[in-house]
Amino acid sequence: MGELKLMKGNEALAEAAIRAGADAYFGYPITPQSEVIEYLMAEKPHERTGMVVLQAESEVAAINMIYGAAGAGKKVMTSSSSPGISLKQEGLSYIAGAELPCVYANVVRGGPGLGTIQPSQADYFQSTKGGGHGDYRQIVLAPASVQEMADFVKLGFELAFKYRLPVLILSDGVIGQMMEKVELFDQVPRLTDKEIEEKYPWATTGRKKGTERRVITSLALQAHEMEAHNLKLQAKYKTIRENEVRYEAINCDDAEYILVAYGSSARIAQKTVQMARQKGLKVGLFRLITLYPFPSVDMQELCKQGVKGFLAVEMSSGQMVEDVMLAVKGCAKVAHFGRFGGVVHTPEEVLNALEQKIIGG
Amino acid sequence: MTNISLEEIIKPENLVYEKTKLMTDNVLSYCPGCGHGTAHRIAMEIIEELDLQEQTIGIAPVGCSVLAYDFMNIDMQQAAHGRAPAVATGIKRVYPDKIVFTYQGDGDLAAIGTAETIHACNRGENITIIFINNGIYGMTGGQMAPTTIPGMKSSTSPYGRDIKLMGNPLKMTELVAHLPGTYFVTRQAVHTPSAVRKAKRAIRKAFENQRDKKPGVSFVEIVSNCNSGWKMTPTDANKWMEENMFPYYPLGDIKVDGELVK
Ligand SMILES: Cc1ncc(C[n+]2csc(CCOP(=O)(O)OP(=O)(O)O)c2C)c(N)n1
Ligand code: SF4
Ligand SMILES: [Mg+2]
Repeated sequence: MGELKLMKGNEALAEAAIRAGADAYFGYPITPQSEVIEYLMAEKPHERTGMVVLQAESEVAAINMIYGAAGAGKKVMTSSSSPGISLKQEGLSYIAGAELPCVYANVVRGGPGLGTIQPSQADYFQSTKGGGHGDYRQIVLAPASVQEMADFVKLGFELAFKYRLPVLILSDGVIGQMMEKVELFDQVPRLTDKEIEEKYPWATTGRKKGTERRVITSLALQAHEMEAHNLKLQAKYKTIRENEVRYEAINCDDAEYILVAYGSSARIAQKTVQMARQKGLKVGLFRLITLYPFPSVDMQELCKQGVKGFLAVEMSSGQMVEDVMLAVKGCAKVAHFGRFGGVVHTPEEVLNALEQKIIGG
Repeated sequence: MTNISLEEIIKPENLVYEKTKLMTDNVLSYCPGCGHGTAHRIAMEIIEELDLQEQTIGIAPVGCSVLAYDFMNIDMQQAAHGRAPAVATGIKRVYPDKIVFTYQGDGDLAAIGTAETIHACNRGENITIIFINNGIYGMTGGQMAPTTIPGMKSSTSPYGRDIKLMGNPLKMTELVAHLPGTYFVTRQAVHTPSAVRKAKRAIRKAFENQRDKKPGVSFVEIVSNCNSGWKMTPTDANKWMEENMFPYYPLGDIKVDGELVK
């Protein structure tokens, strides 16, 4: 059993970065995730593993530091909250285009604009539909506990290097700030420079004499070359859609109605399921772990099994619900419920919405 | 000399000059007469002469030199517009023993990338910055740059840069020289053989400083021409540069070994 600790979600994320063998973290403070860089600075990971931590002048600079270090084959991470994540989009598009691996976390707060520091899930579109310019995707992992804040850093790095793309840990102010017991995984050793050169022949670590130079770029001036590159990216995304779908189906076996949720909304919805079951309603929770790839096929299976309706529960005015509709293709009723702008819904509100919009409606 | 045969000329022992192997054979995409190609070449000659290629990573900007990685035969990364100093910081922080340099135009370094430039310089990153100041946005067709001098015409200052309306040119090199994190700051040119020799000496020093882990950024500005953007012939552009750019951007060392030159 790994080391047990009581930690905030943001601290677990930071500790997991050290333990996952990350080479560097570059970040810029913003509520509600400043604990990530504060924890790292206090923890002196340089002394523990040799990991570098640097406070950048902006989120723009931080994500470009990530680009450089990732392009040289290093395991690097950044994190921010909504306004800062918006600033990172240019860099993320370049990272996706140049096919570099990295992990980053968004501890989402209410928007638009400066919004509020209270929790929100309103960055779903930005996270799953691109965010930056161009035809690209990223893997999006949605932790629903402090435990998953830690575990998804390790998983995120594995996926990022497997597919060479950015992996987003899409958290929110609730998960980032709450304290829970967490079992920390053991230290993964950092790769040596020699191991990086052997494992990642694409990395720019200095051209050895007698070998070809390596170039990290997202540019192709000829349209047909750019189309070919895009086709390669799309093939990769298809592989990801076929192999990396993750979700948790809770009480779904006999369910007639399903709550679809992720992150802190899934925690709330789990309570709603208990309340509904006590009332004799056959309600299950379909908790999304990957928001991209989206578990579309598995949702259709639920229809075949007799599910009559899906309620998408999210702290936004209705973003994930669009993917639920696309997934179930009209095989069952779909509705949305959520408070937003920093307000967190209660399990009772969710149950009410389920009864009115799906069961009674 | 006059009766030396072709066979004699091409003998290895008669070799007087050879293109550095650290420039590829790709045809340069630069306009004839443009300073970018010369600046690339001397930078690569220095990497070869100091035998640094196996540990060097270069960063190409967005600008006419975006394709620097097609010409510089070393490991390269292409950065988003203005972000090269942040990209270089990321690499240098995880590989403190490698040699990392950026190659950037004036729009890239002194407009959109001002924050990245100033902060990399102020943190004292142990990197080399080569800054090609041609007073214009060459790549996008000759728009006004932060370095466009007063009265100078460009496609977005067609009647000449009006300071009252368009603000002042930015002397980025003087500015970074005053930051504690810069170690060597100089301004050079590459339009004549003697200027090239001096610029090459400066670039050598800039890379030696980094190799020897001298504290801080080594920053080499090269005031260069953009005959296409300035709408002049290459020779007229060089003359105009000497008469108008050099008085505004005087050549020479500004900071050496961490001390401002008096
Ligand atoms: C974010 C962004 N904004 C604008 C551009 C368009 N753009 C490309 S190059 C350039 C100016 C380059 O000028 P400079 O850095 O002086 O380089 P030069 O071509 O003169 O060598 C601009 C504005 C871009 N590629 N990306
Ligand atoms: S446009 Fe100007 S800077 Fe660009 S290659 Fe031509 S002369 Fe050089
Ligand atoms: Mg320019």
